[in-house]
Formats: sequence, C-alpha cells, structure tokens
Amino acid sequence: MVGTSDEIILQTRGLTKDFKGFTAVSEVDLDVRRGSIHALIGPNGAGKTTCFNLLTKFLIPTRGTITYKGQDITQAKPADIARLGLVRSFQISAVFPHLTVLENVRIALQRKRGDNFDFWTSEAVLSALDAEAERLVEAVGLKDFVRHQAVELSYGRKRALEIATTLALDPEMMLLDEPMAGMGHEDVDRIAELIRRVSANRTILMVEHNLSVVASLSDRITVLARGKVLAEGDYATVSKDPRVIEAYIGAGHG
Amino acid sequence: MAEISIAAPPASPTEAADHAALHRTLFIALAALLVVLPFIPVIGYPFFLMKVLCFALFACAFNLMLGYGGLLSFGHAAYFGFASYVSAYTAKHWGLTPEASILLGTASGAILGLAFGSLAIRRQGIYFAMITLALAQMVYFFSLQTPRFTGGEDGIQAVPRNALLGVLPLSNDTVTYYLVAAIFMAGILLIYRIIHSPFGQVLKAIRDNEARAVSLGYRVNQYKLAVFVLSASLAGLAGATKAVAVQLASLTDVHWSMSGEVVLMTLVGGMGTVFGPIVGAAVIISMQNFLAGLGAWVTIVQGVIFVICVLVFREGIVGVIGKWLKKPL
Ligand SMILES: Nc1ncnc2c1ncn2[C@@H]1O[C@H](COP(=O)(O)OP(=O)(O)OP(=O)(O)O)[C@@H](O)[C@H]1O
Ligand SMILES: [Mg+2]
Repeated sequence: MVGTSDEIILQTRGLTKDFKGFTAVSEVDLDVRRGSIHALIGPNGAGKTTCFNLLTKFLIPTRGTITYKGQDITQAKPADIARLGLVRSFQISAVFPHLTVLENVRIALQRKRGDNFDFWTSEAVLSALDAEAERLVEAVGLKDFVRHQAVELSYGRKRALEIATTLALDPEMMLLDEPMAGMGHEDVDRIAELIRRVSANRTILMVEHNLSVVASLSDRITVLARGKVLAEGDYATVSKDPRVIEAYIGAGHG
Repeated sequence: MAEISIAAPPASPTEAADHAALHRTLFIALAALLVVLPFIPVIGYPFFLMKVLCFALFACAFNLMLGYGGLLSFGHAAYFGFASYVSAYTAKHWGLTPEASILLGTASGAILGLAFGSLAIRRQGIYFAMITLALAQMVYFFSLQTPRFTGGEDGIQAVPRNALLGVLPLSNDTVTYYLVAAIFMAGILLIYRIIHSPFGQVLKAIRDNEARAVSLGYRVNQYKLAVFVLSASLAGLAGATKAVAVQLASLTDVHWSMSGEVVLMTLVGGMGTVFGPIVGAAVIISMQNFLAGLGAWVTIVQGVIFVICVLVFREGIVGVIGKWLKKPL
C-alpha cells in the first residue's frame, strides 16, 4: 500500500482495563503502521470503544503501556494527546449542538491560533478561518448546512460534521469510532471515499461494523472479542478465520 | 439505526450578522432607556433603579458562567458580598474615592474567584455546585465572625459617597444613578464581548460537549477557571458598586439565599440569553420592592414564580420571546 511504512506509529503492550472486576480490555498488543488504515472490529461489547478511550487517555489503563511515535504516552492527559497529533472521533456523535456547522469546524481550526484566552478580541478575527472551514464542510457534503446549528442536523450529517471537525486539526493519526453508523448508502460511500482520500498522508485506526467498508478500506484488521485480540491480518485472512466467524455468530451477528 | 440521507432541503439558517445588528440596536435602546428612566414616574426613583442595575449586572455575571460556560455555581453571593464589604470598608474607613473602592472590591472578587475556582473546577456537575456553595458558606461565616471588618449583624452602614476621582461629587441619588448606569453598561458590554470572542467560542464548545473539546486538544480546565474568574470579578464589580449605590454592605449580600436569588433571576429571565438576566433581575427586585407590604409572603410568591418558570417556560421570559421571534436575544 502506498504510504505504508514498516514504522510502528502506535503500539500497545499488555493493555488492560478492568471495570470493578470485569475486564473490558485484556492484554491487548496492537501495532499500527504509519500510513495504514487499520480496522478494529469485533462483536458488540468486545471492548473496541474502551480501547479507544484508553488510547486517547479518556480512561486510565489498569495495566499496560501505550507508545505513540516512540514516546510513552501511558500517563499523558487527553488534551495533550490531541496536541501530539492523535485525534479521535466518538461513537456517539460528538458535535457542538448549539454552534453552527461552520463554527463546529472552526473550533478545531482555532487551535492553530495557540491559546484562545483572548476574551477581549472580537470573534470577527475568526472569520480568517472561514474559508478553510467551508472547504472542509464541503468535503463532507454539508455545504448547504454551513450556517445551521449542528443540533438541527440528522444523525448521519452529524457524523459527517464530526469527521470534518477531526480533519480540521490535520492530525497525523485519526481514531474513528464507527464513522458510518446511522448513515444511508450514498453517505457511506461518500465518507468511505473521504476516508480513503484523507488517509493519503496519515494513519487511521477505525472501528467499524460495516464489513464491506472494512474490507475495501483497511490494510490490516484486528479482531477483538471479549476484550482479547482474537485474530489479526488482512481481510481475506481474518474473514476466513473460524474463531472470528464463531465470535460473530456467537454474538448474534449473522 | 435508521438510515438517514444527507440530501434533504436545508432548514432555517442562522444569520450571525443579523443577530449582531439586532443586539447592537437593543444595546442602544437599553442605553437610551437608562438615560430617561429616572424621569419616569412610579419606577423612576434612582435608589430603586440602582439596585436593579447592580443585581442585573450580578445576574449577567452569573449567567456568563452558567449560560455560556455551563458551570452552575451555588455560591456567587460570596464574590458579590465580599466585594461589597471591601468597597464599603475602603470607602468608609480609608476614605477612598468610589472608583478606587469599586476597583478594589472587584479585585477582591477576582482573587476569591481564582482561589475558589481552582478548587471547584476539579469536580463536575452537582459536585462542582456543592463545592462552590461550601466555599461561599465559609465566606459567610468569616463575615459573621469578623465584625471589625464587616460590622457583623449591622453591616457597614452609611457608606460615604466620596467624590468621584476626588473631584466629581456624587451629590445625590440621580448623579450616582448615572455612575451606576455607566458601570452597568460597561459591564454588560464586556460580557457581550467575552461571549463573542475566540475565548467565548471555546467556552460554548466546552459547554456543549466537554469531551469533544478535550479531544480537540483544548485544556478545558484552564478555560473553566478563566470564565470562573471573569464571572467572579464581574459579580464583584456588581457588589462593590452596590455598596456605593445603596450605601450599605451587609450579611444579606453574602448569605446563601443571595446565591439562590441570582440563580432565580437568571432562570426567570432566560439562562444563556444576553438580555434575560437583566429582565429577570428587574422582575425579582421589582417584586421585592413593590410587594414589600406582603412581608414574608414575598419569598413564597418568588418560590411560586420559580416553580411556574421551571414548569411552564423553561427558557425564561427572554428565552421564550427569543423563540417566538426566532432570534437569539
Ligand atoms: N465505564 C464503564 N464501566 C463499566 N463497564 C463498562 C464501561 N465502559 C464499557 N464497559 C463495558 O465494557 C465492555 C466493552 O464495551 P465497549 O463499549 O468498549 O464495547 P464496543 O466493542 O465498543 O461495543 P459496541 O460495538 O457495542 O460499540 C462492555 O461490556 C461494556 O458494558
Ligand atoms: Mg463501541
């Protein structure tokens, strides 16, 4: 795959998370190559979102280490993770409901200004970022909604907006938690195309239930079940693995 | 999950420029109203108007934190009341000019806000509110226990109105009213600017979705602390001005019921609206003033109004009007 190198950008060793005796993530060793699209799949409750929360420091791991670009980030703070270029999206659509679509994206662009504590400055200075924000909004197909409040958007459009906001930070690595959930066919295709396009010069780790999307997009797949890594490899290998098929059927996925 | 297409016709767009123009008009109208108010019969007596304006500024300061920062403080009386003491004390015992004692009062609100805010922002939601309440109670007991500073149960009475800048005598209530009106306008314009600044944008984002703001790399606690300090300073400005205006600083101003009253004003007027807290303060202070004959019943009437507000129109008076007009006020 073009742009994929042998360099490991994100690595976990023995990553474990216990919730009061229940182990949601157990001894996960993950290696994500720079420039790849890496999918994390598995039945409901497998621990995928928990994994994301651990990687982005929204949860503190019970055990294990996380290394990003050679740097141990196990103890880092979530806002600092973003500043290192590792930006996530959320499974439950995470927009700023009372900001407009444009403002949602602009909030991310605003980070480039450095610290935004200047309460005495008019927000008019932010209009310098409008053109870039509009370009991003257009890229996810929300051109007609630029001035709408995010709360007015349908679920699928909120997901699209969230991707635009994440992209606005131009992150080296993106973590997308079910980016296609709740979208119609055309939108799935559009967003898949967008992900492919933006993956050119970055790394993407993606949780996705839509297996055809996973098949067409990802370079490598890790299958998680009951918190453990069940299988890993490319789609052809993983989809034939009897343990994977069993885990999916066992969890009620046909 | 239902499949929803992205290609439906757009709904009502929000036009930021129109809203800014509307707000500008309303600010000019408000300023004009403040100029003529003392000449209007029945409500036009300056002492009452000054009280309304001080509490309106207090409510706007509180609303900056709740409506735009999403932080519910149950202890805002601490900043208002403590600043009021500092202002009254320095005017009376040090003979400071009004602008100096008001400035010192405001600074004391800021310092208190910095100290209390640093502790409170470590927790969220109801725990945040409870910490602010507990810290404010400490200020109340401090005030109760230090009569040499606060005058104890009597408060600091007959606060002198020294000459402004040492030269402009605040000879009567009307002159003082215009000073208070000017401070009020400056205060709410500053708040408006804060709301519509790059900082304000981040603030609204944190209010709307804190986790998302964090994931974009914002160190949200620093923003929360900043808005806490700004809000406490402006509450301090309101309290310090009040001490000069009504010539009294007392335990009422630091009491927890005052913290409750400012919540009430903000909710009645409309939380998260620019003009709501002003209307809310006017309604509540007018009620206390014109229904004073009812004695303790005023509290009950207030309680009933609060319940009605929460049940019937949760957006508050201005919030509801804004909804009708389909414009944010
Ligand atoms: N904060 C928490 N406290 C206790 N248990 C939790 C917590 N968060 C997640 N869990 C549990 O951990 C397990 C893994 O949840 P997680 O959300 O990571 O699954 P997932 O793979 O993302 O599933 P889905 O496909 O449904 O999104 C689930 O059984 C869940 O109930
Ligand atoms: Mg999940």
